Amino acid sequence: MSDITLQAFMAQLTVGLIGGCFYAMLSMGLAIIFGLLNIINFTHGAQFMMAAFLAWIGLTQVGPWLGQPDLQVNFWLALVLAPALVAVFGMAIERTLLRRLYHLDHLYGLLLTFGVALVMEGGFRYFFGVSGQGYEPPEILQGPVDVGFMLLPKYRVFVVVASLLICFATWYLFERTKLGAYLRAGTENPRLLQAFGINVPVMITLTYGFGVALAGIAGVLAAPIMQVTPLMGGSLLNIVFAVVVIGGLGSILGAMVTGLGLGLIEGLTKVVYPEASTVVVFVIMALALLVRPAGLFGREA
Amino acid sequence: MTSTQKIFAALVLAALVVPFVPGLIYPIFVMKVMCYGLFACAFNLLLGFTGLVSFAHAAFLGTAGYVTGALMIRFGAHPLGVPAAFAAGVAAAALVGFAIGGLAIRRRGIYFAMITLALSQIVYFLAVQFRWTGGEDGLQGIPRGSLLGLDLASDTVMYYVALALFCAGFLFVERVVHSPFGQILQAVRDNEARATSLGYDAGRFQLLAFVLSAAVAGYAGALKALVFGLVSLNDVSLHTSTEVVLMTLLGGVGTLLGPLVGAALVVGLQNYLATIGDLVTVVIGLIFIVCVSFFRRGLVGEFLHWRRRRAERARPLPAREPPVVAKVA
Repeated sequence: MSDITLQAFMAQLTVGLIGGCFYAMLSMGLAIIFGLLNIINFTHGAQFMMAAFLAWIGLTQVGPWLGQPDLQVNFWLALVLAPALVAVFGMAIERTLLRRLYHLDHLYGLLLTFGVALVMEGGFRYFFGVSGQGYEPPEILQGPVDVGFMLLPKYRVFVVVASLLICFATWYLFERTKLGAYLRAGTENPRLLQAFGINVPVMITLTYGFGVALAGIAGVLAAPIMQVTPLMGGSLLNIVFAVVVIGGLGSILGAMVTGLGLGLIEGLTKVVYPEASTVVVFVIMALALLVRPAGLFGREA
Repeated sequence: MTSTQKIFAALVLAALVVPFVPGLIYPIFVMKVMCYGLFACAFNLLLGFTGLVSFAHAAFLGTAGYVTGALMIRFGAHPLGVPAAFAAGVAAAALVGFAIGGLAIRRRGIYFAMITLALSQIVYFLAVQFRWTGGEDGLQGIPRGSLLGLDLASDTVMYYVALALFCAGFLFVERVVHSPFGQILQAVRDNEARATSLGYDAGRFQLLAFVLSAAVAGYAGALKALVFGLVSLNDVSLHTSTEVVLMTLLGGVGTLLGPLVGAALVVGLQNYLATIGDLVTVVIGLIFIVCVSFFRRGLVGEFLHWRRRRAERARPLPAREPPVVAKVA
């Protein structure tokens, strides 16, 4: 293999790894929400998009709006503020709308979150149009870095490291801490947990907020890599659904591993047969359903 | 005649005079409502009467549309062109339905919807890649051909043929729902474990319902391709799958006439709201939220519920009868 193809190969693999990081963060959020609320959050993609947009608005729009062209909400601040805002917005929806549907078939929760996603996407499209907006990464992360065998943009390396850290922290929080034990207990038997004096409804709201915030962090991280458009979340969510079907919603670690793995496979497909890279995850899902209907890490829902 | 049949007959009678009053309502609009109405009926067969939610129904509508359209473009002049293209379209949709349903049925509950959504993306991808589907352009200028010597190029002839096909499709769905097969589907929907314990293979019935629903959706797609002479990527997109969910939900899940009402409202809404552009998505999303939060029975469902309650209130309390004991044969 000549040097140039090796370079291209590694480059595609890196792109795949970054895609995998986003899949991992988004599917973890879905798994966390599903665990306690028993709904599939169809708003996840729109919340991802909203965070990216808030970051972009903070960087480029807020100043002119307020008549202070120098005012900017920088990337680091956005990385905290945007997910927090999106989480608060999500929790408000959980409190006002979603909560009323818990006693019904999970179908209604699905349809409601779907409707919310439509409103959000339509709204952003109305105000900002469909054309993609660029987002400059912070200066410190601009330029390339030598990782030994090739040059990579610093920002991409940062995204991989940051997402892996976030994934690991989430896994630790849920599987190794007392709070995580409460959450898992809530998944198993919410009534019993409530009888032990835990405020389960508040816990559910906070869990939803946490899952949404994960999507929000992914959204801000994605802003400099993808074009910020109202449609960026919807198409990503379709793939994440396939990831979730393959990995199962039962385990946080499973969601993470499947997400990263499928991102890499997608990157490989881009080298071998680029046209198919958009559907390879769906094809793998179909194959996985034939071979292991219960999902790789799944317990049946 | 049940009241559903009476109302349907009245609707058909009203539809018969539409071509004579073009100032009041466009026949083209009514044909669009009929296509989407059938589409929503097909979807409702699955959601309302089998309890499965699919985000893949556009794949069936579109597949049938593409197959029918491609065949009409090549063999439309043949006297048997229309029925053959129609049958091929429906068969193709049923086949795609069998593939998607067969995979999705392997997982239950919440996964089912996600699998159908993901698999429908493959169909969309294929529609972009294939040459015979016209890729990004879709199929345009599909000839209507002729049926039994009637030239369908005339809008009025097409209208009455479409109306006849629409009635046949609706009555077929109604027949299925009230058949023993339909009753078993509803039993599986209401209590799968019990239906299984009674000896019904729940998965097989769900798959059959899925294929049937896909075939009827394909029937609607073939009709749509013939009427409008146009099949585009929008027909296989998630957006169309979403619309059919909305139509069914708005009209009334699990009612026979609900999907027709929902389809008429959504198609009408799109016509009148076409000027506000992107805000249509917002309006559709808001309708979703309102439907799910406040009237889950849908318009027709709420009406039926209200009428039943009124009938119950009007009736004097029945005299206590001795409980019916199961008769031993």
